Amino acid sequence: MATEEHSEGGLVFHPFDQFNVYPLFGDGPVHWYTITNVTLWLGLAALLIIAVFVIGSSGRKLIPSRIQSVGELAYDFIYKMVEDVAGHDGAKYFPVVMTLFLFILSANMLGLLPMSFTTTSHIAVTAVLGFGVFLFVTLLGLFKHGFGFLGLFWMKDAPLALRPVIAIIEVISYFVRPVTHSIRLAGNIMAGHAVIKVFAGFAAIAAISPAAIVAITAMYGLEVLVAFIQAYVFTMLTCVYLKDALHPGH
Amino acid sequence: MATTTTTEAAVTGAHETAKAGMPQLEFSHFPNQIFWLVVTLLVIFLALKLIALPRIGGTLATRRGTITNDLAAAEELKLKVVAAEKAYADALTSARAEAGKIAAAAKADIQADLNKAIAKADAQIAAKATESAGRIDEIRAGAQEAIAEVAKDTAKELVAALGGKADARTITAAVTARLKG
Repeated sequence: MATEEHSEGGLVFHPFDQFNVYPLFGDGPVHWYTITNVTLWLGLAALLIIAVFVIGSSGRKLIPSRIQSVGELAYDFIYKMVEDVAGHDGAKYFPVVMTLFLFILSANMLGLLPMSFTTTSHIAVTAVLGFGVFLFVTLLGLFKHGFGFLGLFWMKDAPLALRPVIAIIEVISYFVRPVTHSIRLAGNIMAGHAVIKVFAGFAAIAAISPAAIVAITAMYGLEVLVAFIQAYVFTMLTCVYLKDALHPGH
Repeated sequence: MATTTTTEAAVTGAHETAKAGMPQLEFSHFPNQIFWLVVTLLVIFLALKLIALPRIGGTLATRRGTITNDLAAAEELKLKVVAAEKAYADALTSARAEAGKIAAAAKADIQADLNKAIAKADAQIAAKATESAGRIDEIRAGAQEAIAEVAKDTAKELVAALGGKADARTITAAVTARLKG
């Protein structure tokens, strides 16, 4: 199908081909243990994080080198976020939040490399993250407060008659959280990459290729911004959910 | 080449199924993605939790401590400077007072010495004056006697020259009478 269109030489739109999952070595079905391009780009994200945060910080210099400074800035940035949003007792879960932020940020950024594979554009990946956060936070809240955690849904300062209605809305919104949390990330990243690919397809037509290339450049700049903002938003919402688990009272 | 063909085959295969939707909704790939994601997250989490975060936190804490210590040290030094300045000013004032005292004492000593010396000189002068007065009296007495002698001698000679002959006792009595008169 794809080869047919290639041979035609005209407009070729495969904006979703970049999201295909395939085995790196050999052919065959994709088992759960198969080493695929997903494995490769997840591994590269892990290596990038280890390079910056483990190797980069090994100097422990009082006056930091550039790479050490990057690690320290990220550390301070996320630590402040966790402390400001989730409160002082939320700082205990800082490594979890930091892991999420760094993974999403580096996966988004690596995905912006030409010819790369963007792991965070897959709903399977972001759903694990989103539902993982949801489960973690819910279990933490139940473990910490037991039945009192359900107070999260019972608005004490609302009129009594409205409380059951609000409680239903709160419960629904609570259980929608992991869905929105994961779809927001995957949707943003996927849409941006697909749009860039569509513009790239237009670049094949000589008359509009300059405009297409300008559009790709502009979209790319926007996508760099989106890559950071989505990582930030995901982390920030995680902190908010963490706050709800630690302090369920409104 | 072999890999590209296999890739293409996989891509076309995926494309075939993706015709219905997107590769994101290819559920047969989910276990693979989830498995490797969990592995990756675990690796990242452990690397951060066990190595990177304690290290960076330690570095930041050390830096914060160093800065605080340096600021405290600077504050201390500043206080020391103020104290030293005060001590210097105090020392200067007290030294000035001491110097004034010493000058006054020296002046008093000199005055005492001077008074003593003046008194001594006065006493010496008085003694010398008394002595001199005694000498003058002596000399004056000596002169009286000398005058009597000379007068006696002169009277004897005069009497002899006038052709008289007078005995010494008479002459002496006459001269003594005359001198008394």
